[in-house]
Order: sequence, then C-alpha cells, then structure tokens
Amino acid sequence: MDADAIDLNSIYQDSDIESAIALLDEELVGLAPVKSRVSEIASLLVVEKLRNQVGLQAQPPSLHMSFTGNPGTGKTTVALRMADILKKLDYVRKGHLVACTRDDLVGEFIGHTAPKTREMIKKAMGGVLFIDEAYFLYRPENERDYGKEAIEILLQAMEDHRDDFVVILAGYEKEMDKFFGANPGMASRVAHHIDFPDYDDKELVQIADRMLVTMQYQLTDGAKEALSEYISLRRQRPNFSNARSIRNALDRCRLRQAKRLFDGRKESITRDDLAMIKEEDLRASRVFSGGVDQNEGNQK
Amino acid sequence: MRITQGTFSFLPDLTREQIAAQVSYCLDKDWAVGIEYTDDPHPRNLYWEMYGNPMFDIKDAEGVMIEVDRAIAEHPNEYIKINAFDASHGWESIRLSFIVNRPKEEPGFRLQRTEFEGRKIRYTTHSYATDAPSGNRY
Amino acid sequence: MNQAKDNKAAERYRAGVMKYADMGYWEPDYEPADTDILALFRITPQDGVDPIEAAAAVAGESSTATWTVVWTDRLTACERYRAKCYRVDPVPGSDSEHFAYIAYDLDLFEPGSIANLTASIIGNVFGFKPLKALRLEDMRIPVGYVKTFEGPPTGIVVERERLDKFGRPLLGATTKPKLGLSGKNYGRVVYEALLGGLDFTKDDENINSQPFMHWRDRFLCVMEAVNRAQAATGEVKGHYLNVTAATMEDMYERAEFAKELGSNIIMIDLVIGYTAIQSMASWSRKNDMILHLHRAGHGTYTRQKTHGISFRVISKWMRLAGVDHIHAGTVVGKLEGDPASVQGFYNVLRETKNEVDLSRGIFFEQDWASMNAVMPVASGGIHAGQMHQLLHYLGEDVVLQFGGGTIGHPMGIAAGATANRVALEAMVLARNEGKDIWNEGPDILKNAAKHCKPLEAALDTWGEITFDYTSTDTLDFVPTATPS
Repeated sequence: MDADAIDLNSIYQDSDIESAIALLDEELVGLAPVKSRVSEIASLLVVEKLRNQVGLQAQPPSLHMSFTGNPGTGKTTVALRMADILKKLDYVRKGHLVACTRDDLVGEFIGHTAPKTREMIKKAMGGVLFIDEAYFLYRPENERDYGKEAIEILLQAMEDHRDDFVVILAGYEKEMDKFFGANPGMASRVAHHIDFPDYDDKELVQIADRMLVTMQYQLTDGAKEALSEYISLRRQRPNFSNARSIRNALDRCRLRQAKRLFDGRKESITRDDLAMIKEEDLRASRVFSGGVDQNEGNQK
Repeated sequence: MRITQGTFSFLPDLTREQIAAQVSYCLDKDWAVGIEYTDDPHPRNLYWEMYGNPMFDIKDAEGVMIEVDRAIAEHPNEYIKINAFDASHGWESIRLSFIVNRPKEEPGFRLQRTEFEGRKIRYTTHSYATDAPSGNRY
Repeated sequence: MNQAKDNKAAERYRAGVMKYADMGYWEPDYEPADTDILALFRITPQDGVDPIEAAAAVAGESSTATWTVVWTDRLTACERYRAKCYRVDPVPGSDSEHFAYIAYDLDLFEPGSIANLTASIIGNVFGFKPLKALRLEDMRIPVGYVKTFEGPPTGIVVERERLDKFGRPLLGATTKPKLGLSGKNYGRVVYEALLGGLDFTKDDENINSQPFMHWRDRFLCVMEAVNRAQAATGEVKGHYLNVTAATMEDMYERAEFAKELGSNIIMIDLVIGYTAIQSMASWSRKNDMILHLHRAGHGTYTRQKTHGISFRVISKWMRLAGVDHIHAGTVVGKLEGDPASVQGFYNVLRETKNEVDLSRGIFFEQDWASMNAVMPVASGGIHAGQMHQLLHYLGEDVVLQFGGGTIGHPMGIAAGATANRVALEAMVLARNEGKDIWNEGPDILKNAAKHCKPLEAALDTWGEITFDYTSTDTLDFVPTATPS
C-alpha cells in the first residue's frame, strides 16, 4: 500500500459514529431520507477532517444546521444524535444539547435580552444549541422587538466561537424559509439542511407500538383497528403533530382505561385488565365524531 | 508589590488557555464558577463585587471564559478572581480561587501600628488604593 | 425455670476466681449494637495463655471486672456493663498475636470526655500480666457518642475561608534553631519565611518560656513579623504561638495574650493531656482561634506495632477532643510512617465517613456525623523536590511544613519559602491541568524553576535526598478480592 494512502475505513471506525447512527435507527421509526442525510453529513465531516489533516483545506467546515419539518417528526431526537456524532468526530468538545425557544433567548425589556441569550450560549459551549421554532426570533411587524438583538448576539457568538459550539435551527419549513430570507447573515452560516417529512400511517402505528411496549400496555384486536382508524382521521384535523399526537392519544387512552376500571371496581380485576387497552378506550375520542380531543388544540 | 492572594499568584500570570484549563478542572468536578472583582484587595475583604452570579449548568470552560473575557474588558485595571464553589455536603464552600487580572500598578498596603499598654501593639493593614474613592483607585 | 436461673446465678457469683471468658466477657454470638463503642486490640498473650481467655480478660479489665468475683455485681445491671469480646482472629503472618474485637455499652462512658473514654479503654489493661504486649489498633465511636463532643473549633472549611486560601496545601515552617534564638532574632525568621511565601510559621514543641526567650517577648516579636508580612504580601499570614505551659492558668494567660495581639492561631502540645486539650479547644471556639496540636510524645506509644496505641486511634480521639491541626506524618520525610497507614490517619481526620479499609488500617466504619474535619500537618524532613509525591500521597487539605527546607536554603529564608510556594503552585496547576504528576513531577519542577531561581537552587541542594527506611508500624492484613 502507498505510504501516503489514508485508511478512510479505519478512521470511520475509530470515530465510532456508526454506533450513533445505529442508535438513531433504533430510536426512530422510518425517516429514511433524514437518516440518509445524517449519514451524508457524517461522511462529509469525516472527509473534511481528513482533508484538513493532509492540508487540503485550512478553514474548518461550517457546522451549523437547520432542521425543517412539522412537529413530532423527530427533530430533537436527531439533534441529540447529531450532537453525539459531532462529539465523536471532535467537532465539539462535550456533545451535549441545549434546547431552547424564543422565550429562553429574548427578554421583555431593555437590557434583558443580551444576558438571556448569553446564558444559553454559555450553556451550549462545547455542544449544540438547538433553537426550536427559530423564526419566532424575528418579528418584522414589531420594530422594537428584542428578537433582533438575540439574533445579532447569536451571530456574533457563531463568529467568535466557531470551534466552540454548533447551532441547529428548527421549525416548519415555510416559516424557516421566510426567516432565512429575512436574515441573510444567518442563512449564510447554516451549511446543512435536513427536511423531516411527516410519518405515514404505517409508521405512526409502529411508533404507537413502541410507546406501548415501553409503557407496558397492550391493545386488544379491536383497539388495534380503532388505532389505525384514529391515525388516519387525526391526520386531517388541526394541530396534527405526528409522533407527539400519538403520544397524547395514548395518554388519553390510559385515562379512559383507568376510569373504566375504576367505574367497574365491584368486579375483581386481573393483571391483564391493568395492562389492556380496549377498543372503547379509543373509540371514546372526539376524533371519531369529527372533533379534536381536549388540550390537543393548544399544543405546539 | 504583587499581592499574592489566590492559588497561583507565585506563578507568572496565567494565560487565557491556562485559565480555561483550570476552569475545566472545576467544571469536571461539578463546581459552579463565579467571577469577582475589586479595587479594595485588603486581605480580609471577604466580599469582592460579583460579576454576575456563580455560573451553574455550564458544560465547557469556554462558557465561563465568555464572562471572564467580558469581566477583564470591563475592569481591566482591577483585581479579578475566579472562585469555584463546591456544593457537596461537608464542604459547601470555595474549592479553588485564583486571580486572573490585576492592576498595572499595585501600591500595596501600609501597616499602621497603635501602641497600647506596655509594649503591646495593635496592627491595622491599610490599602493605599482605598485612599482614593472607589472607581478612581487604580 | 426460675429456680434453675437462680441456681445458675448463685454459681456464677460464688466467691473465688474464675476465667474471664466464663464470666461473660467472651460472647462469640454477640451482635454489636449501633450504639456500642467498639475497640480492636492486638493482643500477644504470654506463652500458654489461651488467646480467647486473654481477649476476654482485656474486655473484663477495661470494663467491669476485677481479678476475682464480687457479689456487688448483683446490685447492678452488670450484664449490660460488661464489655463483650465478640471476635478473636489470628494476626495474618504471626503465630503469637491476635486481633480481639470488643464491644462496650455506651452507658460505660461520660458524655464528651476523652479522659473518661481513655481511662476505661486504656486505663488498666496495658500492664496486665497474662499479656506480653497489647496494642489498641482502632476504635468505632458511635454517632450517639460523637455528638457529645464539639470537635474541632474551626474545621478545614472555615479555616480556609478565614485565611482566604483554597485549592492547595498550606505551607508552613518551624522556626529553627528551635532553641536559643532571642525574641527579636526569632521574629526575623518568621518575617522572612512569611514574606517569602509561607502561610504559617510555627513554634516548636519545646519552645515555651526559657531563659533565652520569655514567652511574652516571643509573642510580641512574632506578631510584628506576621503583620509586617501580611501588609507586604496582601495575604493572610499566621504563626502558631505555642501556649503550652505548666498549668491551665498559664496556658489561658498565654492564649489571651495571643488573642489580644491579633493572632489567628495558637498551638498546644499533646503532652499537656487530654483534659487540657479539650479545655483549650473550648477556649479556641469561644475566641475564633485556630488550634494547632503538635503530637509531642506520641512516638513513645504509637510506634511499636505490638504494644501501645495506634496513631489512628489518637487521631480519632483528637478529632473528638477538638483540634484544628494535628501532625500526622509525611510518608516521604524523616519520621516514621508507612504510606498506607499515614493515609489511613489522614482519612480519619478528614473524611465525613470512614469506610472499612484494611489496606489503610481502618477496621471499622466510622460516621463522623458532620463533625468538623482536622487539617493534618506533614512535617519533618520534606523539601520542594518531593512536591509531586506529597501532593499525590497527602492531597490538598494538609499543611506541608518545610522547616529545614525553608530556613536552610542557600539563598536565604525568604528564597527558601518562595521555592516551596512556587513548587507547590506549579504542581497544583499541573495536576489540575490533568498532568500525571507522579511521573512528570520532576520535570514540572524543573520547568517551574526556569522562572524561579530559588526553586532551582532548592532542587540543586536537596533534589536527591530521601529517607528510605523500613517502617516499624506497618499494616497486617490479607488482601481480599473485591468484586469489580
């Protein structure tokens, strides 16, 4: 072998990013396009590292990213794994994730915003700052909005601390596009975009199955059927948020199951009764009568 | 003179990198790091001004260094120290404390003697700098 | 049933001599209560004496027994007051020695009195004829008894807060020569050493009030030196003023004078006795004074491994009695001290709770119930070139005292002090940066010496000196595999 030859495979294996990608596969159902984007970015980062080592490029690659997609499509989970991958490749020192929204960054009066934004940046040093619904930082309709100040401080930190942290901006695709359009400084610093598609019905059923396993519940055959119907109906209603809507639906099922068991408490119940969710626990949802369940409307 | 308070005053002034390495040591031990500054470095001045609260939940030294840089930029001619607080039971106090910035000129202290009965003397350590009002001392 | 019990009792208390083991001092089935005081003795019975009988005799003689049966026992709840030997093990590697575990009921002791505790445990038994030798190896003081003592008046944390010194061992030196300096000359040594970078200087154990230097003169000159050094460095400084004297009245007078002059620390010698130590601890607590104890005389009974008292027991008693500093060994210096044993003493003095650790001579779990910790002092034949070893073995809550290593420096006392301080700070800095100080120590010192002439001179003078003699007080235990 050529003395100068570089063993890409061994470097890939040493970095152990495979385990992070495997974990992603294990944690998230479906999302094939997202997973392949993550792998692509990881490969790029490995190659950039090598190029840097052999002196092909002096500039460190830009690492900031945007994750676009509807709520409940796995953006935070992928961000966690991405932080892990960045750590494994030595692009960040600690690899933790600090998740925040506008409220954590922007203050309500003069002088309030800078310390708040700085606080989050300080905590994110050595890791990833994940800003959910990042477009709320920019409110062009209000000239005196402090969000602009937060964006400026963020940009300055991204400039001064290139090697110290990575920013991931997340939110709905359309709004993010608008945000980047209005903030070219931010757009130019974000090198990687990952789009998160909605889950299809089959994937959502799989997600529900996994959740039930961890919660230690089971569905009767009738309940299984009802769940499939529920999912296709729920998707058409307002505020549908993919995996999160499934989580909420199952939580409400647990409530109905508990009430059912409690109302019938004169009969003795078994361990199986405690674990079993019946068709009626699902069918009682307003989704089946053309509505949305309580509290489902005001969540993000 | 050179005030020798703090853990590393007998060494050449620490570089930014050396300071960050000490901060890392503190963060790895889960200590909260705070910054304090003063223009009254009397050896028994327990309470220097806090440059913000001690910082909790910081993972990486650079998070603390952001504030250290700012403190030095804002108070370039005063004493600035870093304190690391350990909240664990049985200690609940400072674990490491070292100076990261000092004035260009350090006038030091005058020893004032008050003689009383017999050959006894009461001693007072007086900081020359505090003869001027706060803000005009260094 | 009752008749049988009465008969048995009558038999037990019939006038005459019977074996201690039969008198109830040997109870192999006894489960020690959480409130019992436990003691571990190393016994060497006379030839032909059964180890269990010898151990029972130690239990008996250190509690209720006398050489013969007394009927007056039956007027008391004597079963409770009898110390119970509950375990006797042969000492690993020895044919003649045994470890005897003895439990004492808490009612046998007066609250908060080391004098009473020691009068019981070591009062009588050490001269007992059936034993060739006897050594008190360790004790477990139950929380209920710990809480009857006030402990160290200041404690490590508050001492550091008062001195504003954190994150590194403190540095001290004993004024030398220990005898003969006039007050004015003595204060000169103190001033130079503190100015050069030490935190403390110290009177030696036998500096009291002799023809060459009256104690008041020493106090006045030393406090001038301490205050001058404090103003010159902007750093809190101190000198352990030894108030050891012939009577309590004299000691109080000296302590009051030290306080009046503004000293932050006073010193006593172990030879003043446990009661006097507790009195000075109370005084120190009332007067915001740090209390330093020099263990003068301990070598007479702590050093030989078959007879006397282990220093780990003295350490426990002194933590209860209430001293802030105690000399506890150096590992690498000129005085006796097996590394593992010395670390055991340090753990006893500093930890909130001691776990059983046979490899360091700790036989019992000991909960200190948040009692203040004692700062150990390492003194005797140590120098700057050993800084990495000292930090490695002793940690950072310790006073390192370099007497000869400061005052004997070729460039002078202040330079000697500076050499030690620079070596120390460089070593702590390197350790915190994650360097392997055990292996890189000498290089770290050499690098630090590049910007510090006095350190360079110190390393040239003492760099190679070691005191490598075999310890007499070593540990006997069989290492057991621990689950990993």
